[in-house]
Amino acid sequence: MIFSRREALKGGAGMGVYGAMLALGMISPGTAQAQAAMQAAFQAKGIPDTLKALGAAGATESADITIVSPDIAENGAVVPVGVNSKIPNTDMVALLVDKNPNALAGAYQFMDGGVAEVNMRVKMGQSSDVVAIVRADGKFYMAKKEIKVTLGGCGG
Amino acid sequence: MADPMKIRAAARGDVVDVRVLMAHEMETGQRKDAAGKLVPAWFISDVTASLNGKPVVKAFWGPAVSKNPYLQFKVKGGKAGDKISITWIDNKGEKRTDEVTVS
Repeated sequence: MIFSRREALKGGAGMGVYGAMLALGMISPGTAQAQAAMQAAFQAKGIPDTLKALGAAGATESADITIVSPDIAENGAVVPVGVNSKIPNTDMVALLVDKNPNALAGAYQFMDGGVAEVNMRVKMGQSSDVVAIVRADGKFYMAKKEIKVTLGGCGG
Repeated sequence: MADPMKIRAAARGDVVDVRVLMAHEMETGQRKDAAGKLVPAWFISDVTASLNGKPVVKAFWGPAVSKNPYLQFKVKGGKAGDKISITWIDNKGEKRTDEVTVS
């Protein structure tokens, strides 16, 4: 299973990389906790559990978040999805795909100068709701959009 | 060693538009090979983008990101001639950094 593999990485080789990153000053020790929380969030199944892992349970829906994507994606292996947050002081954006084995697809942190507008491509096993979670001033907001997939993206 | 990334960074006013295309398999760990064995997960888990050496955007990815990932983001306060560098690290510990000058 992938879980045992991840655990092994976290405990063993992963720490080596982490140590190296630390030495390079790429991540400050303060983010170590965030890193661990992220790991848990990526393993969570379904949107409610993922929200809990991100500490975002009870996020309020907001019209200021736009999910940019086609309504119907032909190829589930490559679904272009963009998240655009107009909420001031947005410092984190996460993208969740409801029906994927693990809902969390990606999360972004914005530091000085980073604009809360990202585009990426994700895999989707089947038609599903896509949820964007935004953190601004310590509060969580969300937006939802359904994307229909004609051809699933899981190996095929 | 992994193939280099393709990075385009263009300044529009004081906002730099960065587009990155990375070369990576992004194996989910859900797929089975011809012999019916699970192909182990192999994906980029961390991406850091820096403007002139200062981190501006950090991405945490799971295996649900598509093969050969594409990422587009914007950075405020950049101008032509600035340096944008992107570093990714995958779950096997492999990493790669590439740098471009903003045009």
